[in-house]
Amino acid sequence: MSLLDFARGPALEYAFAIFLFGILWRIASLFLLPRAKDRSVPRPGAPAAAVSAARGFVRHMWLRPPYGQSTVFALVNGYIFHVGLAIIVFGFGPHILFINGLTGLSWPNLPSGVISVVSVVTLAALAAALVRRLTSPVLRLLSGFNDYMSWLVTTAPVLTGLLAVSHLGAKYETLLAVHILSIAVFLIWFPFGKLFHAFLVFVTRSQTGAFYGRRGVQI
Amino acid sequence: MSEQETIGELLVKRGISRRALLKYAGYLASVMALPPTSSTAMAQALANARRQSVIWLSFQECTGCTESLTRSFSPTIEDMIFDLISLDYHETLQAVSGYAAEEARMQAMKENKGKYVVVVDGSVSTKDGGVYSANAGKTNLETLQETAKDALALISVGTCAAFGGIPHAKPNPTGAVPVSDIITDKPIINIPGCPPIAEAIAGTVAYLVTFGKIPELDHLGRPKAFFGDTIHDRCYRRPFYDKGLFAKSFDDEGARNGWCLYEVGCKGPVTYNACATLKWNGGVSFPIQSGHGCLGCSEPDFWDRGGFYKPLSSWTGGNAAIIGGAAAAGAVVGAASALLARRRKASASGEKGS
Repeated sequence: MSLLDFARGPALEYAFAIFLFGILWRIASLFLLPRAKDRSVPRPGAPAAAVSAARGFVRHMWLRPPYGQSTVFALVNGYIFHVGLAIIVFGFGPHILFINGLTGLSWPNLPSGVISVVSVVTLAALAAALVRRLTSPVLRLLSGFNDYMSWLVTTAPVLTGLLAVSHLGAKYETLLAVHILSIAVFLIWFPFGKLFHAFLVFVTRSQTGAFYGRRGVQI
Repeated sequence: MSEQETIGELLVKRGISRRALLKYAGYLASVMALPPTSSTAMAQALANARRQSVIWLSFQECTGCTESLTRSFSPTIEDMIFDLISLDYHETLQAVSGYAAEEARMQAMKENKGKYVVVVDGSVSTKDGGVYSANAGKTNLETLQETAKDALALISVGTCAAFGGIPHAKPNPTGAVPVSDIITDKPIINIPGCPPIAEAIAGTVAYLVTFGKIPELDHLGRPKAFFGDTIHDRCYRRPFYDKGLFAKSFDDEGARNGWCLYEVGCKGPVTYNACATLKWNGGVSFPIQSGHGCLGCSEPDFWDRGGFYKPLSSWTGGNAAIIGGAAAAGAVVGAASALLARRRKASASGEKGS
């Protein structure tokens, strides 16, 4: 069995199985946990929890004035690589085919050249995020294995994908195999590391919004 | 064969001019990407060389490889290969049969000990001692071991001989293996393809006869001259791949416009062969030009790589038991951990209450 056959077959299959196991384990254990009833009195005119949740989610998408400009770079850079990753994953023809094979869903793809440009920009933004993490004394203190591993497994597929499309560094089948294996590692790490924020971000921000809407002062 | 007769003398006898030989040498030199000056040297060497003794063994195969070489548009330049070699044994092409045929093989082996080339098409059955494919009372396995013992080199023609091919495909009931799994002490050149391109066979043999050495090979033992680039690299549809323009089916607008066939399963990006440059049927066309994706037939295990119509980027797994089992196990473990938390909470509340 060649490396590519291994990557396309068993590696991806078991990685996806672990991914599903982890996702369902964490979601089920989270949502089935007993929750304490909020016994506080809602403030007057408090909107419904769902409305507060939605408002809270939207409000957290940009900086509040008190935070000033100190984290603008992190925010904008974060948007760049998140949007970039979304374009790469959902806009590249071969990726759509991969998703189509799993779910049966399909949509039109973007030109490969556009994806290449987006990949380079995304890679630069990911590199900038790492540099910032390493150069900021506070961030460096807060960072642990989970942060660096999450960065690595996110960056590796972008880099290897770009190399594969550009046929740089090795034969295409080797590059493609390495790219697919990097995605397998990503899938395995995803549910157990900080990448799980892709799911939890909706829950946590909405929950915070619902709290604020019920208890806080109107803003 | 005539032991003393040179190829040049034979060609003169057959009315083939020196100009034709020069053209042939020039053609071979160009398809093998040799320097322009080498064509004259090649013609000279060919004219003075003795015809190379070749024993052609056919094992578990469909004869497509021989057909590829002999049934190309005649008269072709590839036909001249039969003037360069002394084909001392070939079950499909030889007129004799039975003991006389086997005697011819033994005689060629004896007379050209250490100098003859063995060409094999077809994989070798090894299961149960190789009884699933036999000829003249001997298994293919025995015939190969016996014939290869005193050979100069071996050429595995076709994917079956080079990599096991279709007989090697799952579940491989005959225990089919490539020649290189059996013969490990002789140089082996692989010319895979299902079938291989006639020029690749002819060019490789001509190189061997002319220079007396094996051409530069890749990691799978294939001559780099013919297997140095992927089909994708040389495909005339490549610009459509780069633009992201793909045919979604074999009869949609994209297919009619000649767009890239990646999405309908083309294996061109991972297949090394010269189809896109040398083409087939006298250079008329090749599969992709005819509207079908590359099957990847010159690569190992091409039959078992997840389906001809499955795109390269899709996974080849999909075992519902593994995926469904993992999902169910995750949900159960998650629910169990939540249940434990609930119990702990209830027990803590009970203790508080008491």
